[in-house]
Order: sequence, then C-alpha cells, then structure tokens
Amino acid sequence: MSGELGRYLLVRGVRGLATVLGVVTLVFLLVRLIPGDPVDTLLGDRATAEDRADLRARLHLDETLPVQYARFLGDVADGSLGRSFRSDRSVGERIAEVLPDTAALALAALALALALALPLGVLAAARRGTWIDRGASTFAVLGLALPNIWLGPLLVLAFAVQLRWLPLPGDDAVGAAGLVLPALTLGTAFAAVLARQTRAATAEALGAPHVTAARARGLGEGALLRRHALRLAWMPILTVAAAQLGALLSGTVVVEKIFERPGLGDLFLEAFFDRDLPVVQGCVLVIALVYVVVNLALDLAYAFVDPRLRLGGGTRE
Amino acid sequence: MIRGLRLGPVLVALFALAALVGPWLAADPGALDLDHQFELPSAAHLLGTADNGVDLLSAMLLGARLAATVALVVVGLSVSVGTLLGAWAGLRGGTFDLVLGGVMDLVQSFPGIVLNIAILALVAEPSLWHLIVALAVPGWVLYARLARAEALALRDREFVQAARVLGVPPRRILLRHILPNLAGPILIQATSAFGGVVLAESTLSFLGLGPATHVSWGALLDQGSGVLLRFPHVALVAGGAIALTVLGFNLTGDWLRDRVDVRG
Repeated sequence: MSGELGRYLLVRGVRGLATVLGVVTLVFLLVRLIPGDPVDTLLGDRATAEDRADLRARLHLDETLPVQYARFLGDVADGSLGRSFRSDRSVGERIAEVLPDTAALALAALALALALALPLGVLAAARRGTWIDRGASTFAVLGLALPNIWLGPLLVLAFAVQLRWLPLPGDDAVGAAGLVLPALTLGTAFAAVLARQTRAATAEALGAPHVTAARARGLGEGALLRRHALRLAWMPILTVAAAQLGALLSGTVVVEKIFERPGLGDLFLEAFFDRDLPVVQGCVLVIALVYVVVNLALDLAYAFVDPRLRLGGGTRE
Repeated sequence: MIRGLRLGPVLVALFALAALVGPWLAADPGALDLDHQFELPSAAHLLGTADNGVDLLSAMLLGARLAATVALVVVGLSVSVGTLLGAWAGLRGGTFDLVLGGVMDLVQSFPGIVLNIAILALVAEPSLWHLIVALAVPGWVLYARLARAEALALRDREFVQAARVLGVPPRRILLRHILPNLAGPILIQATSAFGGVVLAESTLSFLGLGPATHVSWGALLDQGSGVLLRFPHVALVAGGAIALTVLGFNLTGDWLRDRVDVRG
C-alpha cells in the first residue's frame, strides 16, 4: 500500500466516523424535539401522577439531556439501541429480528436489477439505433416514471391475480416465489437508471481513441467490448449504482407495506403509528448507518482502483 | 435518444390545468353516495367511484391541486435556499463552505424518504405545512451542491475576476454575475425534481403520513390497493395519475436539457 493511499483511507475513514457520530447525534436530537409528552400518549389521560412519574423514570425521561445523550451513546455502542416503549425487548433485538427480511429483499432487488440492466445497456450501446436500443430507452423512461407504489399493485394484478403464477401478498407469500414481485417492484427504477447509464458509458467507451485504434487493427466488435470498452465503462456504472442505493433502501419501506412483508420498513412504520420513539429512533439510525457504511466502503473501493481520487483527496461525485 | 419528447410538456400542461381549474369542476369530496361505492367508470362517473361513492375524476382533480401546491412550494423553497447557500459557499469558500459541506453530508446520510418520515414523526397529526417542511429539509441540498459546483467554476472566470479587481463587493458579484449564470442548470434540475416531489408527496400519503384534510393521489392509491382484488380500477386510476405526472416532468426535464445544455 502506498503512502498516499494510506493517507486517503485515513482521511476518508475519519470523515466517515464523523458522519456516523453526526447521524447518531441528529437522530437523538430529532426524537427529543417531538412536541408533546410520550408518557401522555402511552398512558392516556386517566393515569395517576405516580404512574406517570414511574413510567417517566423507567424510560429515563426524567434525566437531563446530556445524561440521556450519554445513555443513548452507550446503547448505540452495545447495540441494544434502548428499550421499546411498547414491548419489554430492546430495540436492537427487534431490529435484528427483521433485518434479514429487509436484506433479502434489497439484495434480491439489486440482483434482479443488475441481471436486467447490464446486458440491456451493453446491448443497446453495441447496437445503437436498432429496436434493442429503442426498447432499452423506453424501458429506462417508463421504469423511472412508474412509482413503486403503483408498480407493486400492477404486478400483483398481472402475475398473482390474472396469470396466477406467483402468490398474492400476505402470509402465503414465503420463500423465493414470494420474493419475486417485491424484488421486481423495488428493483425496476434502479434497473432503469442502471440501463441508461450502462448504455451511455459503454457507448462513450466504444468511441474512446484506444478503442478506435483497436478497431482499426481489425479487432472484432465482441472483443472490443470485452477487452476494452467494458473496462472503461464499469466505473461510471458503479458510481450511478452507488448513488441509487439510498432510493433502494428507503424503497424497502414502501415495498414491505405493499406486500405485507415483515422487515425494517414495516417495523419503522408500525413504531411511527404507535409513537414508539426508541424504535423509530433505532430504525432511522440503522438505515442511515447502513447507508453511510456502504457509501464509505464504495469510496474506499474506488480509491484502490482509481489513483486520481486518492491523489486529489476528493470523493466521487 | 428518445422519441416523443413533446409528450412531456403536454402531460405537464394537463397536470397544471387540472391543478388550476380542477377544484372548480370537482364534486364535493365529502359528499357520501353509499349506493354507488366502487363503481366502474360510467357516464355519470367518468373514472368510476371509490369508497363512500366518491367520484374518482373529482378526486383526481383535487389531488392534482394538492400535488401541485406541495411541489411548487417545496421546489421554490429548496431552489431559493439551496442556490443561495451553495453559490455563496462556492464563491467565498472558507469556513462557511466547510460547515455547509458538513451539513449537506449529514442531511444526505439519510436516504430518501427516511428523513421525511422521521420529521413527520415529530408531530401528532401532520398538516399540509408539516408535509412541506418534511420534504424541503432534505430538498435544498441538491441545488446547493449544483450551485456550489457552478459557482466554483465561475469564480475563476475572467469576468468575475475583473469584477473582483474593480472592487465590486462579493454580495454584488453573487447577484450580478454568479446567480444569472446558474439559472439554466438550476431550472433543468428543478423541472426534473418537480416530478420527484409529486412522487414523494404521493408516497408519504400512500404510507398514511400525509395530511388527512386533503384529497391525495397517494392516499387514494392506498385505498385502491386495499380493494385491489375486487375493485382494481381505484388503484389503476390513482396510480396512473401519479405515473403520468412523474413521466411528464421527467420527459420535460430531458427535453430542456437537450435544448439548453450544449455540453450534454
């Protein structure tokens, strides 16, 4: 490892840690800003003063803000994330229970989008102006305009109600078959952006001077793509894919509601309507942390690949 | 690249028309007509009816007004705050630029609607204004980043250097030289983002977090999804309105980019 790379990793790592601490602090403050008393919401108006004081102490709401903050940092550090208002379990436990469901959904959507968009984009670039190219463009435009809150019900109508190929949303929709429609709903917009970027990046790479030189030497189009163009194209593709991660993560909230699936988004919404603040706080924190950590990992991966980034000390944008 | 780019402006015009005159044409959404619930489209109800016999066409017109109001205010707020902060940071650099950069990083570490929902969680019953604030708090960052990048590039151009050498104060350089040159890129960005705000409003309403006092496409889509197996037309109509509007703004943004941006 060169000195520059080490320095870049250090700077980027420190910045990442600062962002993580910022996120933790912001989440803590955000929840404390809620007007109204959570104790009122939990106990109703008929509770006695003792009950209220008792619950207040149990939830540590009687402590000063700095003490609450220190406690919260401790809860984050040991992974418990505090205690749910509504159940006796820790927020960390509840999140850990549903996290695999959300991860499976997000990964399935990611895999579907990649499998769909990469070949489509490369083909469209290699066969510019043909029906494949036009088809890919139409898919990119429609895929971006179709909101997942509509696409979900449409897919259910087509594949579960009319064709009966896949299970309806609900308890029966388990296993891989139950994952197909949610993953398609979540992954389509991602695939649209990815196909568009893959086409643009591949087309640009096919026009690069060294590719033209290779073509002049008589290299076939297939070998041109494989050996030269795709090597140049994958960086911009990866950048756009990374930029879409946030949409993919927050999309799980919507898709889990449409398909009645358990998961982080489902827990988040349930806690929102129950006004179970520690759980709301924990969900926001986990989603933001996953996002920050994935972005950090991607930045570091770029630094290994592209020396311009670590020399300039900048980030990909 | 895409044929039929004109479709975009046509869809946007239709949406604007529905939002402007729609509420005068629409029937009262509070009127109950329990004999005609969830009816398919007919001469009396061109798009059919929903729960309580609400006329879907009327609901779509009222929903257009809500979507347009939210999008106009959110984009207006985000563009003005974001452009000013970003351009100033790009022009001046220094501590202000550093602090703004940190704030933007922080806001952007909450993906998509997660921050919107977290902000809405702060109030017991979200009103129209709460919804607008929840959407604008993360919204300005996009314009601030764009304006900062453009201002950084403009800062070292000859005409700006000349103005600085002549002793023109920074505030005036910002107003006279930087902001006018930002108008193009910001306008294109705002047009595409308009569709995004319409989508975000619909999504939050779909999740049940919108203002209960207004007719929203998203809330109707939620209702339609609940009765999808028996009365699919409700979800089809409500979702179609959202999709066509988002498509219209996306296409119009592309169209503007092709016409204005010579680099593209």
